[in-house]
Amino acid sequence: MAPAGGTLPWRRWLRFETIALAILLAYPFLPVLDWGIEAATGQAVRIDRQLVNVFIFGLLALALNVQVGYAGLLQLGVAAFFAIGAMTTGVVTVEKYPFQVGLWGALLLAPVAAGAAGLLLGAPTLRLRGDYLAIVTLGFGEVMRVVLLNLENITDGPRGLNPIPEPWLPPALREQLGGAGGASEGQLRTMYYLALGCLVAAVVCFRLLEQSRAGRRFVALREDALAAACMGLDPARIKLAAFAGGAALAGAAGCLYATNLTTTAEPNTYDFNYSIMVLCCLIIGGLGSLRGALLGALLLLGFDNVASPLLTRLVQQAIGGESSHVMASFSNWRWIVFGVALVLMMRWRPEGLWPSSRVREELHESSGGPA
Amino acid sequence: MFDTIAQQLIIGLTNGMVFALVALGYTMVYGILEFINFAHGDVFMLAAFLALTLVGALDVTQQTPPGTLAALLLGIVVACALFAGGLNYAIDRVVYRPLRRAPKLAPLVSAIGVSFILQNVGLFWGGSAMAVFGGGGQAAAPKAFPDILPQTNLAASLFGVETKLTLLPKDLLVMGASVVIMAALYGLVRHTKLGKAMRATAQDPNAARLMGIDVDKVVGATFLIGGALAGVAAVVYSLYINTIHYQMGYQNGLYAFTAAVVGGIGNIPGAVLGGLVLGLVRAFSDQFIGAQWQPAVLFGILIVILVFRPAGLLGSTAREKV
Repeated sequence: MAPAGGTLPWRRWLRFETIALAILLAYPFLPVLDWGIEAATGQAVRIDRQLVNVFIFGLLALALNVQVGYAGLLQLGVAAFFAIGAMTTGVVTVEKYPFQVGLWGALLLAPVAAGAAGLLLGAPTLRLRGDYLAIVTLGFGEVMRVVLLNLENITDGPRGLNPIPEPWLPPALREQLGGAGGASEGQLRTMYYLALGCLVAAVVCFRLLEQSRAGRRFVALREDALAAACMGLDPARIKLAAFAGGAALAGAAGCLYATNLTTTAEPNTYDFNYSIMVLCCLIIGGLGSLRGALLGALLLLGFDNVASPLLTRLVQQAIGGESSHVMASFSNWRWIVFGVALVLMMRWRPEGLWPSSRVREELHESSGGPA
Repeated sequence: MFDTIAQQLIIGLTNGMVFALVALGYTMVYGILEFINFAHGDVFMLAAFLALTLVGALDVTQQTPPGTLAALLLGIVVACALFAGGLNYAIDRVVYRPLRRAPKLAPLVSAIGVSFILQNVGLFWGGSAMAVFGGGGQAAAPKAFPDILPQTNLAASLFGVETKLTLLPKDLLVMGASVVIMAALYGLVRHTKLGKAMRATAQDPNAARLMGIDVDKVVGATFLIGGALAGVAAVVYSLYINTIHYQMGYQNGLYAFTAAVVGGIGNIPGAVLGGLVLGLVRAFSDQFIGAQWQPAVLFGILIVILVFRPAGLLGSTAREKV
């Protein structure tokens, strides 16, 4: 076992983290990558717009990481809690309802609602064996989607609740943020820094958690539930805490998502595939690893929203004119790409691209020894 | 009222038979490997695409004379069963077998990956230029599967009374084919050497290996048989529902898996019972609650059963292996 928080890894992480944060803080004003891509390919892109999505998706990946990575609960319905967060935000902010608490209120209420749903679902089901839990959470995700779709009186069904107001900021600050770009640029940058702020806060909290008593409990439980129980830990309570905590964080991510879109979106957005995509982030990055989860989010959305449209346009240019054939659009290859990535990862690098040191040790220990 | 209920019974039983055929594939694999084969539904989907391709290529229509029609149909069923069984076997051989000793999450995630790949293949297949696929313009659109069986209503002539019920030849075909296949499977598992080996491996793979059973071969045979059942189910489903889609494997796969769990996963008669229960619940909830609530009702039942009776209707309570 490697020491969990030795001086050297912690310092290295701190340095990497600071540099990454500095780049991200400056990016809306200095979009170097946008210029580079435009110069190289002649295609205009807006990376900062995509980075907002990466931050929100990264937050969701961290939420799932609490449940799957820390506590070892295989959860296949994280989109349901994400949707509850988004829908709560809609209900407490739109004009249709009398609450209208604004984003700051919603950012408090969304995690509460999603966390409560996590408690309600988790209390009876967490004692189920691993793969049964996976199926229950999958089923819960589907039920939630159908309920949101069909309770049109409350959720406005497929239209979604909208418009969700922008976050309130002092007007002077807003003008500063917008700069030459005006109001729409100001709105984008508000969301950018808001999402980045939430993500950084979450990462700092998790860093502290990993060093704490509570964090070590999670690890003990995941490694060996029986041994943990013998040491006096209560597995049921720890599992429930992780499940509800992860659900609450997913709710917060849902709140940001809805605010960024200014609508709660069509309930079919929050389907099984969405949950699976978040799980893919974790698996590609490395289960139980904060850096891995964020790297996974960056790779996945980077492929989907930046690389894939860009490649499609380049391919279309190369073959001359628009081809309507299904194989000519790169985005139609995305499931093959993800599928092959998952299969190859499981075979050759099950610990993920950027694993936590503990998980790596575990996997290499078990593959070397007898089964 | 009586007619409505009887009609929903017919719909529920036929649907349930199709669920049961797919559920058998899940339950057999789970019984031996304790592994949810997420790609099973997509094997079923690809077999349905093959069936439509063959119908188009062989130019089978309602005008085909009955004798030829029966022969061609039998040929299509056999081809689809071989294709789906072979595909399922190949997936296991290439993807899952190297992961037998890996942590439990590994094969599950790989199966999700395989499911993605197969769905994407289905999307591309749907873009083929054949006339039955709509000429290649709309790859993602649902494909119409032609009605090749006669559309005569047999209800009045069978029951000998005037009735508003509809009972088409395809309903009888679904039930007849399913019953024959399930009986064959039951015979195979109960009365052959391979079946005995399968039961032994499901009970305890290590002990089975010590008794000289080639466990890898048994697992391979299980994937082959499960896949072949899904292939037959795909033809039956296509003839019955008349629409196929590259995402149909996901939804039907989940329902079939639910059926397997409801009946008690790993239990072969349980899968059949679960399929019938699910088919009936689906038919009656569509009629009396509304089709838009269908997934909520079915998965709601799944959650309730797992919480209160995790072993399913017929399963025995097995403790999780530590």
